[in-house]
Amino acid sequence: MFDSPSIVVGLEIGTSKICAMVGELNDEGAVNIIGVGQSRARGVRKGEICDATTTEEDVRNAIAEAEQMADAEIRSVFLGVTGNHLRGFNNRGVHTVISEDREITDEDVQDVIKNAKAINLPNDHDVVHAIRQHFIVDGQDGIHHPVGMLGARVEVDMHVIHGKLNRLQNPIRIVKGLQLEVEDVVFNGLASSLAVLSKDEKELGALVIDIGGGTTEFVVYADGIIKHTGVLAVGGDHISNDLAYGLKVPLGRAEQLKIEHGAALLDEAVRGQTITIASDLGLPARSVNLEHLRRIMLVRIEEIFTLIERELAEAGLLDYIRAGVFLCGGGARIPLIQKLAEEIFQMPVCLGRAKSLSGLKSALDQPEFATGIGLVRFGALQHKKRKRGRFQLADRWIETFGGLFRRN
Amino acid sequence: MTTSVAATTSQHLKPSQTIKIFGLGTAGCQAIESITGVEFSGASLVAVNTEATALESSRVAEKIYLGGRRTRGLGVGGDPELARAVAEEEADRLRAACQGVELVVIVAGLGGGTATGIAPVLARVARESGAQVLAFVTLPFECEGSRRQRQARAGLLQLKLTADGVLCLANQRVLKLIDEHTRVSETFSITQNLLVQAVRCILRILTQHGFMNVSFADLCAVVQGRETESAFATVEAMGENRSREIGEKLLAHPLLDGGRVLSEADAVLVSLAGDADLTMAEITRVTEQITRHCEKAHVITGAVVDETLKQKLIITVVASQRRGADAETHPDAPDGEFGDDSSHSTTGTLAANAAAKNLSTRPPTRVLPPPPELTAEKIKELERRPTGKGGRRSAQKMRQGVLPLEVVSKGRFDKSEPTIRQGEDLDLPTYLRRGVALN
Repeated sequence: MFDSPSIVVGLEIGTSKICAMVGELNDEGAVNIIGVGQSRARGVRKGEICDATTTEEDVRNAIAEAEQMADAEIRSVFLGVTGNHLRGFNNRGVHTVISEDREITDEDVQDVIKNAKAINLPNDHDVVHAIRQHFIVDGQDGIHHPVGMLGARVEVDMHVIHGKLNRLQNPIRIVKGLQLEVEDVVFNGLASSLAVLSKDEKELGALVIDIGGGTTEFVVYADGIIKHTGVLAVGGDHISNDLAYGLKVPLGRAEQLKIEHGAALLDEAVRGQTITIASDLGLPARSVNLEHLRRIMLVRIEEIFTLIERELAEAGLLDYIRAGVFLCGGGARIPLIQKLAEEIFQMPVCLGRAKSLSGLKSALDQPEFATGIGLVRFGALQHKKRKRGRFQLADRWIETFGGLFRRN
Repeated sequence: MTTSVAATTSQHLKPSQTIKIFGLGTAGCQAIESITGVEFSGASLVAVNTEATALESSRVAEKIYLGGRRTRGLGVGGDPELARAVAEEEADRLRAACQGVELVVIVAGLGGGTATGIAPVLARVARESGAQVLAFVTLPFECEGSRRQRQARAGLLQLKLTADGVLCLANQRVLKLIDEHTRVSETFSITQNLLVQAVRCILRILTQHGFMNVSFADLCAVVQGRETESAFATVEAMGENRSREIGEKLLAHPLLDGGRVLSEADAVLVSLAGDADLTMAEITRVTEQITRHCEKAHVITGAVVDETLKQKLIITVVASQRRGADAETHPDAPDGEFGDDSSHSTTGTLAANAAAKNLSTRPPTRVLPPPPELTAEKIKELERRPTGKGGRRSAQKMRQGVLPLEVVSKGRFDKSEPTIRQGEDLDLPTYLRRGVALN
């Protein structure tokens, strides 16, 4: 019932759930979420697929649910990827302007970008995103559109996200197996940041931390551009696993305890308290020390934040984050996690909310959906660009290599 | 630090030396067959092999065939120990060939049996009979297998202990010179040519009259005692801008890793050869370009004039890098054997050295593998070893082993790829790693 270009679908194959988000583009280019499909992921560990058959089944279920809800046929998706193998780094390309009048042309810009992309990747790695940061013309920093300016030397800073080709292709193959086209692959952290941050916050400088089931992604924006991205293959699963080990309860029960009694901070009230857990196997009921539960969670979450904080401190980026930290992903639901993050990062922390989207508002206003919504926004941006044509878009600042995967 | 070798203004001929070039093994014999040219007018060629048929087909005038009784002309089958035994048995014949020679040049491809085993013996015998010994060797391609690599490395180490100077070309580096479509035969002829080119250039440095002389001692100062990697490269250029061009070519040379070898080198020997028009300005320009890249190295510069080089400028660079730990490891390895696996390491000095080195450089791991099984011989050998000098090493060897027990299960992450950050396995519960007490 819809034209296919007006439908944008984001598919996130997460460690705990698979989520398909259907968005509708109206004529003004605004996105309206019209359908969500979810299923529990059984074959994913730390953001990467370890059981292709069950994952394919789960993806099919999620897609079917989304199709039913949106009352639309899904033909292509924007696929979110993550995993410990993804790396982000900044690279600079240099180009000398050769034309006589020293006016920087579109070709010069293409050349300088090509130079910046010519990077030494490990053999089995491939670029997921090459994101243009800004241009430098004759040493003058912070230029966004150099075409038409005069200069002798153009440089460009790029943020390149790359990962192992084989591991990137695993989810793509599964989606293709379902007769769906992958329009582009998108780093999950990037998608979340698109959903959560407004333009002002990007300008001010912000850190988005997406605490998922198996991985934690983080993205730093400063002055409106992406400065740093990273993945930590630690997430909510690790908390459950720690609890299962420390409290000597089965994994499923640990998960349940985490959701019902978990928090990121220790307060005085829990000291010496115990929780009695009923046994469903007819074994005698057990009691678990609540203080231990909280302490185990606290040290794990603290460690995640500290690792991120240390990485950003090494990159010298902490002072650029002025809007604060935005938490999303399922991990953001842990009570008091904001306080803990505030203590560690020493800056304001808030839960990220998906902004400027209309549609199933109440259902979507949940931190888990940030990545899915971000994928739809990413897709919407791509569609808009395609409409405008290839060369007019001087602000084509996110370039991806999804085309590479379409070919295969 | 730059030492210019005393420039003598009067052009004089060096006292003519008697030079013999020995080609060892199949690769060495083939290489010396292609040795021709003025530089070699004073040198005589000798082919040494253990395969009778291969030796017969060689065009070289003087041939020494080793191992008649033991191998019946069939070669040593890639066993350097056998080749060495053969060479020791017939050392007298080698000694006779070295008699009255001042400079013995050994050309060999290490890795196989013959050259690897014979080269150290020949070098020793030649030195005993009063000659100076310079060896030009190649190391095998990596695709030739790890056993050959190991044999070659062991042979190289021994050769370094016996010869005055060893110049070594790792064939693997040649792969950078060739493209996808180069045939096997071409590749091998390239390595052979490089070897011959090196011999030619070094001999030119040593034998021809120059106004900035480089003596044998200078060469040895660069290549002697330095461990493993000595790289060399030769480039030539013609025309107006030859001095500038040659510097650029040199720095782009794949055998020098685009100049990286130079920047890491501890000692560099630069030798220029040009026609009679060679100017001082040109020499300065070239050496400037090189010294800029190797500021910390000891640079020895030499220049010769060769009338036959019409307008050509040829530069030969020998760069060598000293490896920190090696100085202490090789003095006691004269009778090292070709330890290809621990099962037959009886005297095992080399293998033991390697093991000791591995032990000392291994990063700390949480779980130690069990100690290697000791054979009766090995135990005896360990007991026999004097405690005074080798005490440090044996202390490392006798490290207490720990059973490989995984005490902490990683639960659902047991089978997945571990998440390691700063040496910590993040899959293990944090509170355990931090030692947070739960009571």
